[in-house]
Amino acid sequence: MAVDKKKLKVVNNKTHSIDGQGLMQGRSYYTDDLAEQNSLVIKILRSPHAFAHIKSIDVSEAQKLNGVALVLTYKDVPHVSFSRAGQGYPEPSPHDKFILDEYVRYVGDEVAMVAAVDERVAEEALKLIKVEYEVLEPVLDFETAYENKSIIHPEDGIKEMFPIGFEPKKNVAAAYEMEVGDVEKELAKSDVIVDETFYSQAQAHAMLETHSSNARLDAHNRLVIYSSTQTPFHMRRIMATTLGLPVSKIRFIKPRVGGGFGGKQAFHGEMFCALTTLRTGKPSKLVYTREEVFGASYTRHPMRIRMRIGAMKDGRINAIDCRSLSDTGAYGEHSLTVFMIVGSKVLPLYNKVDAVKFGGQVVYTNHVPAGAYRGYGAIQGNYALEATIDILAEKLGMDPKVLREKNSMKEKETSPIFEIMGEGTKGTAMIMESCKLPYCIKRGAELIGWEKNWPRVKVSDTKVRGYGMAIAMQGSGIPFMDMGSCSIKLNDGGSYNVTVGATDIGQGSDTLIAQIVAEELQTSVDNILIYSSDTDLTPFDCGAYASSTTYISGNAAWKAAIKMRERLIKEAAEYLSEKPENVEFDGKIFTSKDKQVSLYDLSVQFLYNKNLHQVSITESYYGHVSPPPFMAAYAEVEVDLETGEYEVLNYVTVTDCGTTINPMLARGQVEGGIVQGLGMACFEDVKYDKKGNLLSNNFLGYHIPTHKEIHKLTSEFADSYEPTGPFGAKSVGEIGIDTPPAVICNAIYNATGVRVHNLPITPEKILKGLKELKK
Amino acid sequence: MLVTFYLNNTQVSYDVRPDEYLSHTLRSHGIKSVKVGCNESTCGSCTLLVDDKPVMSCSVLTASIEGKHVTTVEGIQEEAAKIAYHFAEEGADQCGFCNAGYALVVYALKREIKNPTEEQIIDYIVGNLCRCSGLQSQLNAIKAYLKEE
Repeated sequence: MAVDKKKLKVVNNKTHSIDGQGLMQGRSYYTDDLAEQNSLVIKILRSPHAFAHIKSIDVSEAQKLNGVALVLTYKDVPHVSFSRAGQGYPEPSPHDKFILDEYVRYVGDEVAMVAAVDERVAEEALKLIKVEYEVLEPVLDFETAYENKSIIHPEDGIKEMFPIGFEPKKNVAAAYEMEVGDVEKELAKSDVIVDETFYSQAQAHAMLETHSSNARLDAHNRLVIYSSTQTPFHMRRIMATTLGLPVSKIRFIKPRVGGGFGGKQAFHGEMFCALTTLRTGKPSKLVYTREEVFGASYTRHPMRIRMRIGAMKDGRINAIDCRSLSDTGAYGEHSLTVFMIVGSKVLPLYNKVDAVKFGGQVVYTNHVPAGAYRGYGAIQGNYALEATIDILAEKLGMDPKVLREKNSMKEKETSPIFEIMGEGTKGTAMIMESCKLPYCIKRGAELIGWEKNWPRVKVSDTKVRGYGMAIAMQGSGIPFMDMGSCSIKLNDGGSYNVTVGATDIGQGSDTLIAQIVAEELQTSVDNILIYSSDTDLTPFDCGAYASSTTYISGNAAWKAAIKMRERLIKEAAEYLSEKPENVEFDGKIFTSKDKQVSLYDLSVQFLYNKNLHQVSITESYYGHVSPPPFMAAYAEVEVDLETGEYEVLNYVTVTDCGTTINPMLARGQVEGGIVQGLGMACFEDVKYDKKGNLLSNNFLGYHIPTHKEIHKLTSEFADSYEPTGPFGAKSVGEIGIDTPPAVICNAIYNATGVRVHNLPITPEKILKGLKELKK
Repeated sequence: MLVTFYLNNTQVSYDVRPDEYLSHTLRSHGIKSVKVGCNESTCGSCTLLVDDKPVMSCSVLTASIEGKHVTTVEGIQEEAAKIAYHFAEEGADQCGFCNAGYALVVYALKREIKNPTEEQIIDYIVGNLCRCSGLQSQLNAIKAYLKEE
């Protein structure tokens, strides 16, 4: 039953983030703030070679150094393969990583670990470790990785958890193929065929808090780990399996996290903290340097995507063929699942095709591993698809907006892809119960002045403004796989403790879950005492990924609040000697005819005076569908034809994410995503030298958007209601990042006639293109 | 070596190494509001005020602040709350890791430049990176705070 949005008092209303002020005031709330004062400091010796075998390693001098507590090499750690990816069970990523290994597969890979009394001693000890390497020929070009004579994973003991196309002897981490209808036949029938290949680069998450973790043993000799993680429950499970410990011996606590964007879904230093504390009995900590975050965590998967699209003269798109090659770097974290999203959360946008095909490989190289990053394949796929759609529109002589309106997804429609493709497995069929994409396209066009401005406006002899657009979709969690849960406990005085496994990593999930519970229980957000996440204290949640939190964890919270409300009414009815159906509750007072009792009194009675008991509820939720948020995006760019430099003057988005639980936070997600996407579209670039050394390993070599580059963002939301979402909401964490590469590519083309097929779209590439056009 | 300075107007003396940086000294003395995002003066998270001027404390030698006044966000709690209010109004706050540094740089800007232009504001705060927000909301929040009497 749909909720009347106009009657909502907390949800969909302006609500300040509940922790914003405390964080601005500098409260000690992040992982390293909570490390034990006397923690051993852990440092990692990292490989100077892109690919090598450790012939010998001598740590005796390091061990002798005063202040060194522990030195570990591959000889000293469990030889159990695992995946750092931080996913559910069984993981769709190959188990191709050891805590430490005799092979090193990228510059920055772990060689040895030192724990010492302080950072200075630990760093000194690293210098005393003598390693003799047999340097191997690295694979640094992902287009040559397949069946290369250099095999990046020659070792035994690595495996796939279920068939994912894992063929390590061919340098293949995963592979996937699907086809609906007969693409070749439909292409042959088409009046117009376009065939375009695009390259997208690696991107660094660049969250401001570096990867951090710390460990200690509690009074029960259990291992307690604070970690800046998006997935505390997966961490606990994977660590237990890999270290051979019972799950019951490990407690993961996620305090405040300083940004994640997918980068903190994975393991980074947690295993080393655990081993150090277990072996020494002392607390330990590992805080990545900024250089390690760039050079030894993981990046977005670079890809080559070939799009072939066939259409009829009237603009009806018949068939899409998408062939992709993805570079997972040294380890296959999220290799298959990111790859599948290139198809599954991109191609259904054009659901009226008679045939659609998707497939290709994810290959190993000797680069920094790739892994989860906001957008998760959709941004790569969106760039290729939406740039190709513009190329097709030009060939057809159509306005690309009209071409999109004609062929794109509408409400109550579906795509066969939903049932075929899931994340690593089969998908789930679903109808779009909410899809305001047509409105988003129309409204965005009004905001950018499409009719008047497209494709370009000449400003002067040397400056021209170009206008580009794209549409996008994402998902809301993984159906039948992602689960969230929520416990609500009534306190004396009528406040509620709400504990959730949902991991607030800065996106504001604590605030929006508090809003959902407050709305249902007709109270204010400050009466909701929310806490996340702690594997001992909070109920399970899969974690913050796959745009799942608002939809999955939000639904769990809503369900729990509904149950709590029913329970309170039942309890009040008993207290008043009335039937529950006769009792009304306004959030403060229970009323039945002439009798009434306040929540305040009832809550105190239960704990101190009468019918003593604790009132609490736990509920959980998993999706049966994954309703996609949709977006239409437009940009106005001004290009200097003499230099190729350009500015994004205005970036317009209209988003359908159902009800915005917190309109300001939703806008923050959309705009934050757009700015990261603009970074990828315009200048962010992970660069290596010819030996595989990372060149972009600090904020000077890797530029992220600042106030200098971001001018105007115009962000609106469609009036939409998703019947399966909490108060009509869908998720909104990733959709914002998807469009900028295609939108900027299209806008630059419309301004200059230069089509840039490889990201980022730099002034150099534009200028080169302009010179070629003049020939 | 012993260094004596004023931390939020209270005199303190810390025994430090000659090559120790201020962010490290303060964090090791329990002042965890000082966030270290890069430790190479490129992100601004560790911003503090030394004699009222914003500095990146990961690159200021503690030995160099003898006798000076150091302000952390604990020293401007009321102003930080006001700035936080405007960030919340604009939906500009997310992970919060850069926020204490932002509070200090914005507070310093307000004291140093009366009625700054947008360009002056951006020039002043551009060294403080934020990876979460869309930046525009932050700028709007900062402008609203600067307008406060």
